[in-house]
Amino acid sequence: MTGIIDYNAGNIRSVELALRALGAEYRISKDPRDLASADRVIFPGVGEARFAMRELRATGFDSFLRDWAASGKPLLGVCLGSQIVFDHSEENDTPCLGLIPGVVRRFPSDFRERGLKVPHMGWNDVHFKNGGSPLFDGVADGSAFYFVHSYYVEPADPACVTAACEYGITVPCGVRRGNVEAFQFHPEKSAAAGLRLLANFTGAKGGPAC
Amino acid sequence: MLKKRVIVCLDVKDGRTTKGVRFLDNVDVGDPVEMAAEYYRQGVDELVFYDIMASARDRGPTLDLIRRVAEKVFIPFCVGGGISTVADIRSTILAGAEKISINSPAVRNPLLIEEGAGIFGAQCIVLGMDAKRDPAMPSGYRVFINGGRVATDLDAVAWAAEAERLGAGEIVLNSIDADGTRDGYEIPITRMISERVSIPVVASGGAGTPAHMARVLTEGKADAALIASMVHSGDYTVKSIKEELAKLGVPVRL
Repeated sequence: MTGIIDYNAGNIRSVELALRALGAEYRISKDPRDLASADRVIFPGVGEARFAMRELRATGFDSFLRDWAASGKPLLGVCLGSQIVFDHSEENDTPCLGLIPGVVRRFPSDFRERGLKVPHMGWNDVHFKNGGSPLFDGVADGSAFYFVHSYYVEPADPACVTAACEYGITVPCGVRRGNVEAFQFHPEKSAAAGLRLLANFTGAKGGPAC
Repeated sequence: MLKKRVIVCLDVKDGRTTKGVRFLDNVDVGDPVEMAAEYYRQGVDELVFYDIMASARDRGPTLDLIRRVAEKVFIPFCVGGGISTVADIRSTILAGAEKISINSPAVRNPLLIEEGAGIFGAQCIVLGMDAKRDPAMPSGYRVFINGGRVATDLDAVAWAAEAERLGAGEIVLNSIDADGTRDGYEIPITRMISERVSIPVVASGGAGTPAHMARVLTEGKADAALIASMVHSGDYTVKSIKEELAKLGVPVRL
């Protein structure tokens, strides 16, 4: 069973609907105790880092996530969830969970004069790095995924990067350290390629949507 | 590299998709949920649903429709029409929409943009804007509300900049002059706004051919092109449009 963490940060419903379409067994909850028996956990999120960290503390999911990461069971962070697993975010100078060493940075200020819009919004080619990840099984290198973000992750160890895209800079968008894996893009909104990735994570066989 | 997006717009009235010309004479073109699923199969990058009577009738968003769409399409979609409070934004997101487009209510209460972006994030708040040529305005374009029926004092470029300042994450710019004509997008205002703001701009109104789309995505500097009649009429599929755009040198997701 896949647990989905609900901490009042954005559109978790789309993650839920994607798992349902794949036929994956899941449980979504605002209470960490409900997810203790899960085999793996998805940590989604859209919004602002400081608000999200406050919600995680209020719900007890901050310590749940630290314990979960230490337990060795699979954890998948998506979008804001992929950023908060790092040590610190420049977004409102926010200390984060520290599950993967590194920081979260704002896109450079020269993007405006270079004609690059922020947020980085839309479909971008994702290229595998350092051998990619088993979660990309069945996904072609260079497949497009849907992004929407104004901050990007910078892992302390570049070997953690499983995938990257180009947007003014090389943007790490897949990161893995042990049992903790993170995607900046939205697999639940990335059509067949994204559903395949979620099927790989959940072990679901996939449905007609995939 | 980042792709240019092809977005299909479904104007919804009483649960059915409609299409008009210059905002008038709407005809029924189908069931929005079935149409959304079909465009998803064809490879559309994003969908937009406008409840076209909502603002005029002061009706809330069609949440049931959003829920049914969210179960079938796994790409981002935006919902507009009748969203005038933070509670409306919340219920629309919880129903499964990624983005909320605010048009007339943002003109009446600009702080709705700021409040919405503060709670749900800028990426989720889209300013919808209906602009019409008017030489009396500094940019040459005036903002209209209530489905194009009511003129405002706002200049289109100034309003776009103000919406960005308030926290909007994207602008959907619809030309009333070009809407439904299939004669091409209104390039000058699209380019002016895209150069003025640093958030993505979606061009809307006037698409008749892939060449029109290519032009607004290059010369007009739009980040995405919104279409309706081209595909609703059956003249094109999303796939055929994207293949044509790729031939014209526009980076698209195939």
